Amino acid sequence: MSVAATTLSRSGGPAILEGRGGLFGALSDLFWRRPGLLLLLLLAPPLAWLGIVYLGSLAALLAHSFFSIDAFSGLIVYEPTLRTYGELLLPANIDIIVRTVAMAAIVTLASAAIAFPIAYYAARYARGKWKALFYLGVMLPLWSSYLVKVYAWKLILAKEGILNWLFAKLHMTWLLEAWLSLPVVGGNSLSFSYTGTFIVFVYAWLPFMILPIQAALERVPVSLTEASADLGARPRQTFRHVIFPLALPGIVAGSIFTFSLTLGDYIIPQIVGTSRLFIGQAVYAHQGTAGNIPLAAAFSVVPIVVMGFYLWGARRMGAFNAL
Amino acid sequence: MTTAISLQKVSRHFGAISAVDAIDLDIGRGEFFAMLGPSGSGKTTCLRLIAGFEQPTSGHIELFGETAEGVPPYRRNVNTVFQDYALFPHLNVADNVAYGLMVRGVPRPERRKRAEEALEMVKLPGYGERRPGQLSGGQRQRVALARALVNRPKALLLDEPLGALDLKLREQMQEELKTLQRTLGITFVFVTHDQGEALSMADRVAVFNDGRIMQVGTAEDIYERPASRFVADFVGSSNILPPEFVAHHGGPRQWASLRPEAIRIGRPKRGGAGEATVVSTSYQGAVSRVTLDAAGLRLIVTVPAGRPVPAIGEKVVVAFDRQHVHLMDGEA
Amino acid sequence: MRSERATPLGLKVAAGAGLAFLHLPILLIFVYAFTTEDKSYQWPPPGFTAQWLAVTWNRPDVWQALALSVKVAAISTAIALVLGTLCAAAVSQSRFFGRETISLLVILPIALPGIITGIALRSAFSIAEIPFSFWTIVLGHATFCVVVVYNNAVARFRRTSASLIEASFDLGADGFQTFRYVILPNLGTALLAGGMLAFALSFDEVIVTTFTAGQQQTLPIWMLEELVRPRQRPVTNVVAMVVVIVTLIPILAAFYITRDGDQIAGGGK
Repeated sequence: MSVAATTLSRSGGPAILEGRGGLFGALSDLFWRRPGLLLLLLLAPPLAWLGIVYLGSLAALLAHSFFSIDAFSGLIVYEPTLRTYGELLLPANIDIIVRTVAMAAIVTLASAAIAFPIAYYAARYARGKWKALFYLGVMLPLWSSYLVKVYAWKLILAKEGILNWLFAKLHMTWLLEAWLSLPVVGGNSLSFSYTGTFIVFVYAWLPFMILPIQAALERVPVSLTEASADLGARPRQTFRHVIFPLALPGIVAGSIFTFSLTLGDYIIPQIVGTSRLFIGQAVYAHQGTAGNIPLAAAFSVVPIVVMGFYLWGARRMGAFNAL
Repeated sequence: MTTAISLQKVSRHFGAISAVDAIDLDIGRGEFFAMLGPSGSGKTTCLRLIAGFEQPTSGHIELFGETAEGVPPYRRNVNTVFQDYALFPHLNVADNVAYGLMVRGVPRPERRKRAEEALEMVKLPGYGERRPGQLSGGQRQRVALARALVNRPKALLLDEPLGALDLKLREQMQEELKTLQRTLGITFVFVTHDQGEALSMADRVAVFNDGRIMQVGTAEDIYERPASRFVADFVGSSNILPPEFVAHHGGPRQWASLRPEAIRIGRPKRGGAGEATVVSTSYQGAVSRVTLDAAGLRLIVTVPAGRPVPAIGEKVVVAFDRQHVHLMDGEA
Repeated sequence: MRSERATPLGLKVAAGAGLAFLHLPILLIFVYAFTTEDKSYQWPPPGFTAQWLAVTWNRPDVWQALALSVKVAAISTAIALVLGTLCAAAVSQSRFFGRETISLLVILPIALPGIITGIALRSAFSIAEIPFSFWTIVLGHATFCVVVVYNNAVARFRRTSASLIEASFDLGADGFQTFRYVILPNLGTALLAGGMLAFALSFDEVIVTTFTAGQQQTLPIWMLEELVRPRQRPVTNVVAMVVVIVTLIPILAAFYITRDGDQIAGGGK
């Protein structure tokens, strides 16, 4: 020990050392003296990309909604007007908006209801290997191809597909037919009904709901439920008064996804559903074949406004921390 | 005493809060120096100012006679042992210890040799291949120590180095740190909120409160002659006497401190009333601690083993020599 | 103890059923890839054959679409890695005015419906008179891939204690050395995982792509056309199966990488 100590104790030399020198040394000293400069350099590229390219594009879109289209020539008139928004408020278009928002709301509620038990089990009961398996079980469908998911349901819901086959095998075709004969939710077959659209929406967005709820539940310490039980609460009461309120930010965070994704989707209702349009389809149709970019822009402002309010509310509930 | 570290009128403000407020401090070469104070008193900020993680808002810092403000931490030849040890999780123990040598371009064979020496010094020979995650808290602390000392710093800064260890390990490390400091002869500056640790280890102690230094002195100075009520109170175990009490016993109207062992107690004379009532007693081996209530004033007295210990509720008289009464600054 | 308490049966059933609902439809794709039926989606399949694998293998349009998708995903991921890491570093290193705004800005491209990002970029291209090209697709993809890298990197930065960076400075490493020897190795697995997820996200993207691709076909666009107007169901079945497998690999890899990474990071506490 004393040998080592003597070699170590030779601590002569200056108290202030020379820097590494060169360009890197000089830059390093500069950044250390001016951390703001480093911050600026770090932020410049992403801000240029997102702030200018992306926000710029959004602004361009917004600007388009204040232009209108000439009814005869079909060309965009670059004069600020609210005529396009007037057009947006036609009954047919209001119909589309109401239909989409209602669908988004129902899909969100259903997703939350199905997601909660999965998230709750994964967060509170699954241990070790099972926990990893559960996590993967949610992650894989989350990341697997959106189109493949839609395609899978096209296979399932087809007239000659597995679902009808299953109902026939169980001698329950009458039940399916009774459901399809109902107004609104019914239709020719499942692939051409709101019910079909609803199922595929829920299926596609479910993992987006599970993960934030699970994350929120993971953060509830076990001692809290134990404290609640200790204070005399029955499991049901503990759930209602302790666990559910603490999981709520997670549900809200998840609903940001389910709501937003439903509002903007134009592929699912096109492939599984009725001929009535959703907002996404309307935007797509107006900007594409109709060439009415101003109206398409005005339509797309609707989800932005709805999501704006939604995000504002979610933020107040602390849902951003659960993302 | 030649000065190793000198702080002159150093302040550090965070917004409206002044973490360190116009501090003057000189730490000598080869000194084992402790910064003691409650949390938020500015002692850690002071250490970070010396290490270079913080820059003074105003004032002047000198390290071994050289100006330090504006010099980044990587160019200061002082090293720090962090409170959470801050071992690099992606490197093994040997690479952790050799890190400072690597970034300064020391060739690999010498790096390896010096790292192993440093590990031997902290009694962890042969631990080089392990990951920090595989070590116990005490072992991590030794690695952090080796990692700092291997660079042969002019001064070693320790931020609450023993805070995370359990009592037995802490006492052992206190001994080892002292031995290490004596053998190496390097200036050690360590921050702690534990007055026992500060008084038993350090050559000199600075007591911090509210971003200011209340007193600098040897352990004996601080313990026997606290300069203010705050110091007496924080260092503890001294009785603080209000001006009225001191005046009543023939002193000036001034705050004072009085060590428990300087007070004698006895039974009141037949017919005479006692001045104080025994509130509690506790047996502590060589002495018994007796807490008294003297007309609202709490007094702590130690009674050496073998002397009679009064019972709780008993009336006693107290006596002390006036030379043991240590007068303090008024309201501080 | 919680682990000793039995799991309520209802919860078990609900959780199991939910997971089955998530996975069975995808498994179905694997069955359909081998069906002999080529005109409808008949269930149960009348017979099984592997001939569609060979048919798909010899389709140049599928190969071209696949190649374009891989190229777009690779380059978008590279851009997202740089931008996401820079952003995460800036947000984590210091508390500055507007931090929250930056986080919001990064999240926005996926928080807003894809169709809005798509049509916004398209109107910007048309105003700036940029013709559709490989790079217009990449521009769109990189924009929404940044957030995945950013989220992974920010989470890792948060777990990497600030004292590690100070310790490196203290031991004599300057800013660049600290980045090279401490920050990057600690960030490495998070970036790898983020990069893989970004790749999967881009490889799969269809909504934004329809607005920025013009006449070019990525694999998802190829699939979308088949979905809207089915012409070659057996080939579509096989492509769908391959897409499931191809996206599965980076996800599993990312999962295993971050799991190990977390253990290492946790060990340093």
